[in-house]
Amino acid sequence: MLSTDIRSHFPILHQEINGHPLVYLDSGATSQKPTQVIEAIKNYYELENSNVHRGVHTLGNRATDSYEGAREKVRKFINATSTKEVIFTRGTTTSLNTVARSYGLANVKEGDEIVITYMEHHSNIIPWQQLAKETGATLKYIDLEADGTLSLENVRATITDKTKIVSVVYVSNVLGTMNPIKEITQIAHEHGAIMVVDGAQASPHIKLDVQALDCDFLAFSGHKMCGPTGIGVLYGKQALLEKMEPIEFGGEMIDFVGLYESTWKELPWKFEGGTPIIAGAIGLGAAIDFLEEIGLDEIEKHEHELAAYAMDKMSAIEGLTIYGPTDPSKRAGIITFNLNDVHPHDLATVLDMNGIAVRAGHHCAQPLMKWLQVSATARASFYLYNTKEDIDSLIAGLRTAKEYFNDVY
Amino acid sequence: MSTKNLDQLYRSVIMDHYKNPRNKGSIEDGALTIDMNNPTCGDRIHLTLQVEDGVIQNAKFDGEGCSISMASASMMTQAVKGKKVEEALQLSTVFSEMMLGKEHDDSIDLEDIEALNGVSKFPARIKCATLAWKAMEKGVSEE
Repeated sequence: MLSTDIRSHFPILHQEINGHPLVYLDSGATSQKPTQVIEAIKNYYELENSNVHRGVHTLGNRATDSYEGAREKVRKFINATSTKEVIFTRGTTTSLNTVARSYGLANVKEGDEIVITYMEHHSNIIPWQQLAKETGATLKYIDLEADGTLSLENVRATITDKTKIVSVVYVSNVLGTMNPIKEITQIAHEHGAIMVVDGAQASPHIKLDVQALDCDFLAFSGHKMCGPTGIGVLYGKQALLEKMEPIEFGGEMIDFVGLYESTWKELPWKFEGGTPIIAGAIGLGAAIDFLEEIGLDEIEKHEHELAAYAMDKMSAIEGLTIYGPTDPSKRAGIITFNLNDVHPHDLATVLDMNGIAVRAGHHCAQPLMKWLQVSATARASFYLYNTKEDIDSLIAGLRTAKEYFNDVY
Repeated sequence: MSTKNLDQLYRSVIMDHYKNPRNKGSIEDGALTIDMNNPTCGDRIHLTLQVEDGVIQNAKFDGEGCSISMASASMMTQAVKGKKVEEALQLSTVFSEMMLGKEHDDSIDLEDIEALNGVSKFPARIKCATLAWKAMEKGVSEE
């Protein structure tokens, strides 16, 4: 377990909610931010704020150095070969849409296939649905095993020579399942398809290595990994990105502008039209520094321990159903569950009245809810600042809710 | 762990409507049909209204959702049945003011609906309570 001292870096955790100390178990939705990140953003606005890539003046250079310095931090964080492969975006959704609108429209034709899974977040479903509709391609779903994992047999059975794009979530935001991305990538490549990875729930928790995975694209968001909202990353292999057209046109992304024709900047800037998200990128860089000081391996270990502890205690509550892999080592610190007939919203309200923040609803994964045959679930998700005491509070809250609704339901 | 504030929300009338919903089901043939959902949480209502000569003769609902959304749907159908469209809309306005914690017209007898008053103190749950009313408004405005 990580030391509880980590909590001192997160000012937001030290407050009461509805008369109880805050127990934040919704990091899957967004993580809290350490002082280091908040300070980096403040520092940028107080000492460096200026537009990038154009200033002759000193502030402009400072801002450019910090912005591009953040890109180098991201490159190292995911082990990309070059910063040309690191594009700053608004978040995972924008990153995935960029792949669908740019690579997808240029390379997918009628009769081709796009393959995703039943455990995708809406952000990794809708861009492909739209692409399939517009091109006449077929969207196919890889089926899940009963425990909410993917089997390579099913992966092999779904991907064919007609498949042009395979897009799979690394860590499921509902089931917590960690998918065998490296193996799926290999299968995709054997059929000449490219592999896109939704890393939104992976980047906060596990060490990423795009070269080892050999994926063609990887998308993730800053705000789930201690960084600010509004910043995300699209990693792409340079050879693919070179051939792709931008999807946003305007300032910042151009090289030469004529009256009727223009040319684009080189990578990665041709994909960053308009004034970029400078403070966001710097905040993300600070978040990466923070996470690396602690160590991603340590963070992953911490979450596995919390998940195992929580699953053990939660399983002891009669009427409580946990969805997803039963083996805690196969999942990240995300536990989705239902308690008897108590609707998750009602459950979340009881927990909230006791200062405990959990998510309730369909978690932006309606096809998966259908697969699970539920209309909604509750979800507790853990991060590096959570403790076993937080889980004890959750368990006490669940028991309270169970008793309360036993009387009134 | 405390449950002291919860009783303002989960009044027994509400839980009664949740457990024993009134007007559950669907009106066949010629009824106005409204399907509405709350995309942020997955609550879903299928409302059918039979409107004749400006009067809501019958109202039924089906759906999935939390106790607040389903109880509110049950209460809404009960309240608007037999009312003129404009009376139903007036009631809807009073209800939405009540949800926002605003002063509302107390000359109208809200009957069971009054029990949902406490929802206004739980901002995250207001949308649950208003879903059925929004569906009703949409239905009669299409008429």
